[in-house]
Amino acid sequence: MVDFLLRRAHPIKPTASGMSRRRSLWERIHLDPWLLGLLLTLMSAGLVVLYSASGQSMELVTGQALRFGVALTGMVIIAQFTPAALQRWALPAYLLGTAMLVAVEIMGDMGMGAQRWLVIPGVVRFQPSEMMKLAVPMMVAAWLSRRELPPRWQDLFVCALLIGVPVLLIARQPDLGTSLLVALAAVFVVLLGGLSWRVIGVLGALAAAALPLLWMNMHDYQRQRVLTFLDPESDPLGAGWNIIQSTTAIGSGGLWGKGWLEGTQSQLEFLPESHTDFIVAVLGEEFGLVGMLTFLALYLLIVCRGLWLAGAAQETFGRLLAGSIILTFFIYVFVNIGMVSGILPVVGVPLPLVSYGGTSSVTLLAGFGILMAIHSHRRLLPR
Amino acid sequence: MRQPRDTLKNPQQELRIFRLRSLLAVVVVLTLSGLLAGRLFYLQIVEHEVYSTRSEKNRVRVEPLPPTRGLIYDRNGELLAENRPTYNLTLVRERVDDLGETLALLVDLLDLPAERVEAFRERSRQRQRPYQPALLMSDLDEAQIARLAVNRHRLPGVEVEAQLLRYYPDAEAMSHVLGYVGRINSEELEDVDAGNYAGTHFIGKTGVERFYEDTLHGEAGLRKVETNARGRVLRELGHSDPVPGENLTLTLDKGLQHLAVDLLDGRRGAIVAIAPQTGEILAMASVPGFDTNQFVTGIDVDSYRALQQDIDLPLFNRAIRGSYPAGSVIKPFMAITGLRDGAVTPGEVIYDPGYYQLPNDSRRYRNWLRWGHGRVDLERALEVSNNTYFYSLAHELGIDSIHASLKQFGFGQRVAADVYGQGAGLLPSRDWKRSRFDQPWYPGETLSVGIGQGYLQITPLQLASATAVLANHGDWVKPRLVGDMGDEPVSIDLADTPPDIELEHPEWWDSVISGMEQVLSGNEGTARRAGAGLEYRMAGKSGTAQVFSLGQDQRYDAEELQERLRDHALFTAFAPVEDPEIAVAVIIENAGGGSSHAAEPARAMTDYWLLERDHGEVPPQAAVDDTQRSEEEE
Repeated sequence: MVDFLLRRAHPIKPTASGMSRRRSLWERIHLDPWLLGLLLTLMSAGLVVLYSASGQSMELVTGQALRFGVALTGMVIIAQFTPAALQRWALPAYLLGTAMLVAVEIMGDMGMGAQRWLVIPGVVRFQPSEMMKLAVPMMVAAWLSRRELPPRWQDLFVCALLIGVPVLLIARQPDLGTSLLVALAAVFVVLLGGLSWRVIGVLGALAAAALPLLWMNMHDYQRQRVLTFLDPESDPLGAGWNIIQSTTAIGSGGLWGKGWLEGTQSQLEFLPESHTDFIVAVLGEEFGLVGMLTFLALYLLIVCRGLWLAGAAQETFGRLLAGSIILTFFIYVFVNIGMVSGILPVVGVPLPLVSYGGTSSVTLLAGFGILMAIHSHRRLLPR
Repeated sequence: MRQPRDTLKNPQQELRIFRLRSLLAVVVVLTLSGLLAGRLFYLQIVEHEVYSTRSEKNRVRVEPLPPTRGLIYDRNGELLAENRPTYNLTLVRERVDDLGETLALLVDLLDLPAERVEAFRERSRQRQRPYQPALLMSDLDEAQIARLAVNRHRLPGVEVEAQLLRYYPDAEAMSHVLGYVGRINSEELEDVDAGNYAGTHFIGKTGVERFYEDTLHGEAGLRKVETNARGRVLRELGHSDPVPGENLTLTLDKGLQHLAVDLLDGRRGAIVAIAPQTGEILAMASVPGFDTNQFVTGIDVDSYRALQQDIDLPLFNRAIRGSYPAGSVIKPFMAITGLRDGAVTPGEVIYDPGYYQLPNDSRRYRNWLRWGHGRVDLERALEVSNNTYFYSLAHELGIDSIHASLKQFGFGQRVAADVYGQGAGLLPSRDWKRSRFDQPWYPGETLSVGIGQGYLQITPLQLASATAVLANHGDWVKPRLVGDMGDEPVSIDLADTPPDIELEHPEWWDSVISGMEQVLSGNEGTARRAGAGLEYRMAGKSGTAQVFSLGQDQRYDAEELQERLRDHALFTAFAPVEDPEIAVAVIIENAGGGSSHAAEPARAMTDYWLLERDHGEVPPQAAVDDTQRSEEEE
């Protein structure tokens, strides 16, 4: 048992067994060099694409780099906490987030046509739903880690409650995309926790049955998005414009792309939201299939490394949370590229660490901070 | 390690479950990634061509560059049709912050009529290509342009665009012969090369503008431009210059044309003058005319209806479409027919008791002089316009012979080479009557045709043309309107020119012409008053055409009726006899006898052409136009 745990303690450095028991520099600063290296590579490449996508705005790129700096700092800080501390914070963070969602519901500021922002005038604009992307899976992981796994029905009921309340609040803002992602992050925790296949089957069937209900409760613009996804040509100058232009951009890129700064779709402003949600179309147009697959490979490496780290976690809480964080990360990638390339409806999901925007980078890197914290704080001699 | 509260927890089992599940997750992740990769492969490799083309279409726009329309000059280089810059007010909605406020300000500045603004609002509600300027008002005057310029900063998105518009300095006098251009309609668009007309808004509707549309229009150029998504042009990718339309130099003489209009003096009628040796149409006037400039910018419904319903038919080109009974002006041509077919010789004399009777018929066909002219030979028959002589001649010739001969003179034919919309008049024949009325031809009808009445109808252009052939002793030249195209003399297809008319005794031409000279110079000449004091030899023939009945579209009005029942006055002439330089046909509707009313204008035309023209007099209106132009250029 001890041997096993010791062997598992150094999964990333197979050669470390030959070294002394002294912890390496990386271990002492609680960072994972592989993951960090992959993230930095992705972010740098993303800045290059962003420069082109933003219409060659150096200002925008430095702004994004600055946000990355802040987010990385946050990641490093979070990585210093022990998983136990994180587990202790799960409940307060969850309660605080839910309270803020209620606050948004009550007095939320009207922004982008939906109430998402909590504003303390002159001080901060804050999106509570963003925080909940981490707080909800943390809470569920914290709860399940204290229960016998695989979870039983009463545990599932509690989980459903823990997930349902904030998700419904977010969905009411309305921000269907984020609410689904938050729900998904929490569901991953439950799935990784060992939810039985029978239950998965039943819940899956229920979810499918609930789809018409969901449709009926959608806002008009949300329905429009789905309809547009099904047939973009029905309204080529209106709602279908985005998807037509983004597929055109990607398709016209071909194998090698038109070259950096040479993409006509993006440079001539045919591509809407080219530096935010649709940035991958710029990538596809200017760097072609080769560029796209390179980025996709980069993301897959990050996901694999993340899952590896999760599997190496000593405790259930860390394991479940880390697994959920990394799978959610992949879902962002999949949903974003899927919507821009026209196989998923348009939902407001940015491409992780590449799309312009501060909030999502902070949340994402905070997630990776948790991942590193879970991995790097290990007791060498457990009982 | 903290003790788990749930003693049933089994860390090893949990780890096993997790590993199994994460392995499953990896499988799902790879599957979804494969899905994405497949989609990208489909878009970027399989369908690359499709999207490549679509992206190219997105950014590249081909803009037609319309050619500048050719100018039209008269034979002396006087400008008859020009292109003037005019200024239109346009609005790009995407650049306007507050449409309501902007429109209100424009209404204030320009006194725009409210319904125009409302119509614009209505149109702008429809979805359209972004960043396309929409027309708000055309033909701004200078004060309006100035007021817009001063307030420019308050009017983002509002632009004043220059456009070349056709302008006719002599619109009224030249209205029918020049014609006009107007906005292309969808029917016309089907008949032209759509590519060549892509940037063209105007097309010749009638007259020279219509007939020479292809020449005047030119070849469109094009500009390939790169635009951004909002339609703003970023750079030019390619360019081919338009080829401007050819300038036309007409055979018309502006001074003579103005004179013709002035001579008609507001009466309904037409004057056509032709240079017999070349076929050049020197003047072709139809009165009343109308302001063709109205049609260029688009005439309003009320004005158009007024023109259409005007009892004087100003839109009707009498010179080429007006069908009139010929009256006695047909007699010289009848005389030639008689001489050619051997029905008569110049010296042959008949006795005119004041009427003619067909054999075995008691009906008397009367001479206009009740007691008759007594002994009449060919020359005197023409001088006094004796009917009896020509009744007899017509009877002897028969309708078949008359039809064949008059046809050779161009009656019943569209004679001119390049005149748009000519009428054919009506040259009756046995076949025509059978198909028209299902009746045989009666001998009495031949007599009517012999003196230019009955079914025979001619146009002023035909009369002038036939007179030119007569002046040429039978040599045909087709009348034409255009002399030079660009710098080159125009080549007109003259292949279907009718054959020359030949007489067995060529000197007999002089007999007929001599008779016509006597019309103006003889003691008994019907137009001797108009011929008084001639400084050159002029030959002519008067005619009076009876108006038989009311036209269907004429309203019953006692006073009007009386005026409109009066005879049409006709006169045809050429001069000088020995070397004809001008043939002129005059028709004045409801003026009474031809000798009194139509001869004098004909004389004035020949006088101008032979005596006055070389003095280099510039008609006063042209001078006025020149000053206006120079003012506008400043």
